[in-house]
Amino acid sequence: MADLTTTFLGITTPNPFWLASAPPTDKEYNVRRAFEAGWGGVVWKTLGEAGPPVVNVNGPRYGVIHGADRRVLGINNIELITDRPLETNLEEIARVKKDYPDRAIIASIMVPCEEASWKAILPRVAETGCDGIELNFGCPHGMSERGMGAAVGQVPEYIEMVTRWCKEYYGKPVIVKLTPNITDIRYPARAAHKGGADAVSLINTVSSITSVNLDTFSPEPSIDGKGSHGGYCGPAVKPIAMNMVAEIARDPATRGLPISGIGGVTTWRDAAEFMSLGCGNVQVCTAAMTYGFRIVQEMISGLSQWMDEKGYTATSDFIGRAVPNVTDWQYLNLNYVAKAKIDQDACIKCGRCYAACEDTSHQAIWMKPGRVFEVNDAECVACNLCVDVCPVENCISMVPMTPGETDPRTGRVVSRDYANWTTHPNNPAARAAE
Amino acid sequence: MGNSQMTPGIAAGRLPADRIAANFDDLHPAYAPHEAAVAADRCYFCYDAPCVTACPTSIDIPMFIRQIQTGHPEAAAKTIFDQNILGGMCARVCPTETLCEEACVRETAEGKPVEIGRLQRYATDTVMAAGTHPFRRAAPTGKRVAVVGAGPAGLSCAHRLAMLGHDVTVYEARPRPGGLNEYGIAAYKATGGFAAAEVDWLLQIGGISIDYGKRLGSDITLDGLVSSHDAVFLSVGLAGVNALGADGEDREGVRDAVDFIAELRQASDLTALPVGRNVVVIGGGMTAIDAAVQSRLLGAESVTVAYRRGQESMGASSFEQDLAAQKGVRLMFNLRPVAVHEGEIELEYTRVAEGRVTGTGETIRLPADQVFKAIGQKLDGAPEGIALEGGKIAVTGAGRTSVKGVWAGGDCASGGDDLTVTAVAEGRDAAMDIHASLAG
Ligand SMILES: Cc1cc2nc3c(=O)[nH]c(=O)nc-3n(C[C@H](O)[C@H](O)[C@H](O)COP(=O)(O)OP(=O)(O)OC[C@H]3O[C@@H](n4cnc5c(N)ncnc54)[C@H](O)[C@@H]3O)c2cc1C
Ligand SMILES: Cc1cc2nc3c(=O)[nH]c(=O)nc-3n(C[C@H](O)[C@H](O)[C@H](O)COP(=O)(O)O)c2cc1C
Ligand code: SF4
Ligand code: SF4
Ligand code: SF4
Repeated sequence: MADLTTTFLGITTPNPFWLASAPPTDKEYNVRRAFEAGWGGVVWKTLGEAGPPVVNVNGPRYGVIHGADRRVLGINNIELITDRPLETNLEEIARVKKDYPDRAIIASIMVPCEEASWKAILPRVAETGCDGIELNFGCPHGMSERGMGAAVGQVPEYIEMVTRWCKEYYGKPVIVKLTPNITDIRYPARAAHKGGADAVSLINTVSSITSVNLDTFSPEPSIDGKGSHGGYCGPAVKPIAMNMVAEIARDPATRGLPISGIGGVTTWRDAAEFMSLGCGNVQVCTAAMTYGFRIVQEMISGLSQWMDEKGYTATSDFIGRAVPNVTDWQYLNLNYVAKAKIDQDACIKCGRCYAACEDTSHQAIWMKPGRVFEVNDAECVACNLCVDVCPVENCISMVPMTPGETDPRTGRVVSRDYANWTTHPNNPAARAAE
Repeated sequence: MGNSQMTPGIAAGRLPADRIAANFDDLHPAYAPHEAAVAADRCYFCYDAPCVTACPTSIDIPMFIRQIQTGHPEAAAKTIFDQNILGGMCARVCPTETLCEEACVRETAEGKPVEIGRLQRYATDTVMAAGTHPFRRAAPTGKRVAVVGAGPAGLSCAHRLAMLGHDVTVYEARPRPGGLNEYGIAAYKATGGFAAAEVDWLLQIGGISIDYGKRLGSDITLDGLVSSHDAVFLSVGLAGVNALGADGEDREGVRDAVDFIAELRQASDLTALPVGRNVVVIGGGMTAIDAAVQSRLLGAESVTVAYRRGQESMGASSFEQDLAAQKGVRLMFNLRPVAVHEGEIELEYTRVAEGRVTGTGETIRLPADQVFKAIGQKLDGAPEGIALEGGKIAVTGAGRTSVKGVWAGGDCASGGDDLTVTAVAEGRDAAMDIHASLAG
């Protein structure tokens, strides 16, 4: 079994699986049980200022999107930061850290955007002995209306400023947690980098309304007939999160900035994908909230097995391996020509490929007598829709044409050479350059 | 009463009442809503779906399953009833393993089809439970149609005709409607008086009256019906039973399986229904299996089905055969009856050459307090002057007989499988043809 020990910002944990700042990490009882279950680290539920804690709603605070068999695909929440007193949280952090020196505890913090507020809380957090802090610039509801959370995370200048304060008043690693509720994630990441952040973590939740009750016309979760937008998380947000991670990983301005990947991590495979896109570790919330802490055991065994199969002995062997393969559309090889091919032995004759291609794509699938479905290469543009809708795995494959063959759709010989849009004759910019 | 499975001869109450009640409970219990949602989610919404082609009534299966998925089982039921007004009964009795579910692509893919029958039941039960009827009659046409026989074929035809605005009178020999739905189908397939409830629900369309105790051939004649109606639909089923041709056939304890089943279906108290300690059923179709299984469920100690050909020729589907085996029925093949003796039946081994069955001369005796004959039903008392084909009323197209103005469908008509769903399809199609000819 491959060793999963991972060092992130100089913090070494037995595996790269941390719990994200959220209800699973809201108190000593939870965190102790999480560590017993095997989690490598936790980011403590976000702490606010000293004084009267925040107040949560007393009605439902979660909404959900279900797949078949009520599988949880996404959860949305309107919960705030911790609603327990700061003192209690700090005492608990200190106690748990003492008992689990080999696990990471990061304190997540959200206080008003004033230097004095940060200056006041940081020494108290440092006293707990925790391994670092995470700045919650992501929470999209409740706190943002008070000028915190996403309200800061959406203004790069504020991010830079607050990060700078933290680096000034706190000695250990500072992670800046980013909100996805922004057009271009690179700007807040660059700001954090400029402010001296040791790492960014992303994503926080996506602003969302999960459903509308069609009897009462209230958004869900409904509090006395009204709903407000919440933050969406879980498997449904993973593609959004991974793109944002990749954007930061390959941005020259932030290249090399450590990233903690968050958003829909549910299995070892999700973790491996995030890490291959440049994340030094991952954080998990919804999967734990759905299945409990024990899921980490599958993540541990799954990642080790995959590493063994691939011959990786350390997580650093594969971290970032996919980053060089993420490119801009204009650099994709336009001389790469593929055709869909249906394996007639595997085909169960459902006709979904036909319906999809005939009704909505390129009319490139024939339906022949006896429900035999075949691809017409002269029409197939290799869009992949039939592959996506076919219920049988590997029944339809995308077969690249061999250079030298003639593409029956275009009548052109497939070239061996790489050629992209930047040099394509139809590209006005390419012509202008001539 | 103190009877048990070991009580010699033919006796009632071989099992305690609660065991019998449990034995005759629903074969495939209804889905709970969540189960239905999960089952519905397995459907791929196939293009030109093979399951639809395989359904004799061509129900739009992917569409109704999708309607279940989106939380509208009543709409799903309407989709079903559009094609098959007895969709509720068919959901219970169709041999789906040889019809829609056999054709389902998930059967091809993983040997586990979408459970179309149970989903169909889920949808239709919703509407039955609500008691609503989703169809309305068209404006009256003033045309009068006679339907003979209130089985699935007759009811389906009558409903469609009534919906199209015609007035329908159904002439039925028995005191109750439903045909074999009421008197023949195995009890555990249509529990809770479903057959009768379904007919009541179907009649909500209006415009149909049923005249009970009217037997074609004795109480009424075809000529009479033809002259007093604008069209006639014959759906009398197969009321006759083939004879064994074995010695001792007239002994006490030897009877027609269909009579035993009809008695069972009509019994108000199954613990009072007598059954043999040792039962032998002669035949290889659905009737033989049903008689055998239900004998076991009543508490017969040993039940054997003896079929004169090999297993591969058996009319009962492999699902039915497995069900019988599971209930403790012994299936024996290549055996034909020679003679019924006191408490015993003598059978001769057979061999089948070029489709013909011949005896080998070797015989075997099985203990038999009761022998059920289930070697096929036949048309009984076909009206005079009507052309027959293979012992059934000859039909062409949508059930047209040799007599002008007379249509036929269901088991009594030539062609098609003898199944409830086929009877429904033929009744519906004949109604459409009658409607077209009345309009023309
Ligand atoms: C024991 C048994 C089990 C079966 N199990 C199944 C099953 O599980 N699944 C399945 O799909 N099929 C099954 N079948 C077959 C199915 O029941 C028939 O195919 C179907 O009922 C045929 O419908 P029908 O309307 O043609 O005839 P029937 O259902 O036979 O109805 C005929 C009606 O006409 C009436 N009638 C008869 N003669 C006259 C007359 N002279 N005058 C007036 N009325 C008359 C009868 O009383 C009856 O009401 C089974 C059959 C039997 C016998
Ligand atoms: C109920 C709930 C409360 C959360 N509270 C916080 C919080 O206090 N601070 C924070 O930084 N993120 C908070 N989050 C966001 C998560 O830490 C995480 O970024 C997000 O859920 C995406 O990860 P996931 O898909 O694994 O759940 C919360 C999420 C949920 C579901
Ligand atoms: S790849 Fe696209 S065009 Fe080609 S067969 Fe599939 S769906 Fe049709
Ligand atoms: S979608 Fe796949 S299984 Fe279905 S017909 Fe097409 S190739 Fe065959
Ligand atoms: S064949 Fe099976 S999967 Fe396809 S539409 Fe019919 S029930 Fe659904």
